[in-house]
Amino acid sequence: MSLIDYTIAQLQTQLRSGKISAAELCDAYLARIASVDGEINAYLTVAAESARAAALAADRDLAGGHVRPLTGIPLALKDIFVTKGIRTTCASKILTDYIPPYDGTAVQRLYDSGAVLLGKLNMDEFAMGSSNENSAFGAVRNPWNRDYVTGGSSGGSAACVAARTALASLGTDTGGSIRQPAAHCGVVGLKPTYGRVSRYGVIAYASSLDQVGPLTRDVRDCAILAQAIAGYDPLDSTSVNAPVPDYLASLEKGVKGLRIGLPREYFGAGLDPEVKSALEGAQRVLAGLGAEFVEISLPHTEYAVACYYLIATAEASSNLARYDGIRFGLRVDEGEGLNALYCRSRAAGFGAEVKRRIMLGTYALSAGYYDAYYLKAQKARTLIRQDIIAALDQVDLLLAPVAPTPAFRLGEKTADPLQMYLSDIFTIPVNLAGTCALSLPCGFSAGGLPIGMQFIGRPFAEASLLQAAYAYEQATEWHQRQAIL
Amino acid sequence: MKITENEVKKVAKLAKLTLSDPDIERMATDMDAMLAYVATLASLDTDGIVPTAHAVPMANAFRTDQLRPSLERDAVMAAAPKSAGGTFRVPKVIE
Repeated sequence: MSLIDYTIAQLQTQLRSGKISAAELCDAYLARIASVDGEINAYLTVAAESARAAALAADRDLAGGHVRPLTGIPLALKDIFVTKGIRTTCASKILTDYIPPYDGTAVQRLYDSGAVLLGKLNMDEFAMGSSNENSAFGAVRNPWNRDYVTGGSSGGSAACVAARTALASLGTDTGGSIRQPAAHCGVVGLKPTYGRVSRYGVIAYASSLDQVGPLTRDVRDCAILAQAIAGYDPLDSTSVNAPVPDYLASLEKGVKGLRIGLPREYFGAGLDPEVKSALEGAQRVLAGLGAEFVEISLPHTEYAVACYYLIATAEASSNLARYDGIRFGLRVDEGEGLNALYCRSRAAGFGAEVKRRIMLGTYALSAGYYDAYYLKAQKARTLIRQDIIAALDQVDLLLAPVAPTPAFRLGEKTADPLQMYLSDIFTIPVNLAGTCALSLPCGFSAGGLPIGMQFIGRPFAEASLLQAAYAYEQATEWHQRQAIL
Repeated sequence: MKITENEVKKVAKLAKLTLSDPDIERMATDMDAMLAYVATLASLDTDGIVPTAHAVPMANAFRTDQLRPSLERDAVMAAAPKSAGGTFRVPKVIE
């Protein structure tokens, strides 16, 4: 077994017993990045020097008996997390040279848990995209087949876990941006409940939807990372002050007697037959483990994409007003005054998809259109949220596909933004409802591409998601397959 | 509904984006497609439905009004495209 094949849980033991040092582990990952990331393009910045220093410090901690949950564990971050002294681009030209003066809370918590930061990961610019083709620094390629997309927007975060160029990563999920790339790359991805993880120091896209979560090789590692980052933070006013349960304590409790709902609307026309059959297989496995299945209905599902693309773009148009070429980021000044400086800096710095969303959001919020678009979408959001909350009153969890198809080819959907948006149909409702969901592998297509499924849980019921996912994972072997690189 | 190039120009002005003529044309096409798609919401009966701005029910979050250190000025100014004497430099605004 090579050093890069161990999970976090296994390494906790190996590092503590001194069988593996944090320094050799870090070097093994840096070597892996150097040898295979050229094919994948998951990394935007490799922080080799600071990673080596952190690994040496971790070894001193281990020798001194000062052991924390992630001591010496090499992780990587979507480039949406601001990191003190380490370039943070959000995969945009407008932030190409931005070096933040502080660390966000989730990052600080990883450091406080002893983690070693390997680097910053590629993504769709400002987290706007479903294929990771909207990065100003080139698309990420799927480790299972380099002609296919990774999904997005946390494409680098999913690809580095699948390619074993990091042990695990953090991403963000606004409309599916953790779960969909996790599904396309065959890894585990958790989108926690809105308010569960602090967004302080996370570059904002759509603030009523954005949430931070882990991407890992298996469910136990997901529980370990979720534990490290969850919890109240006074620096994020939307963070919820509620106790965080011990996710590992309930992990092995099984699914016997668990009631799982199958949303009828998610299994209709438009669902790829291979994805459908993988989900049916998963249902049989879970039923064999003692779970009960109930068909339920989420009648407003068909409105979710329209609702999302009004709310998310409206919020984005406001959040992205801060990129004005004054305090940080790109400035284009041709001596025509302040207003021209704003307009030219933004035009030169933002990519096509970001501009499209800013324009749509600005339009939806502008005088005369607010009621018809933004307010209408907020009302639709209430109905979509009520659907999910009502369904979860009847059952413990929902089981659903993550994406309608396995990963698609690079370039296949770039010409038609609307087609790209529709690939988020099964992930968006969870963000609109503000609840939690976990994506995990449940099969492969005939072409060898991973297929994912998601459990959707009640608000703050991350422990139930992890418990069900762990039971399924133990009964199957999808998570043991490796992409060949 | 068809969005005109003049409307695109007006929105671009509000959004502070300089768009070239081909950009404007492409943007009109894309916005048209999106607006036609989101128009499906019009068929949804939302009479008497309270809008959701935020999924988790919570009131305002307050903190005590207390002095505390902010970010280091030098570290903040280091990220500015142009600065002088610990301040951001901008083109002249008032003649």
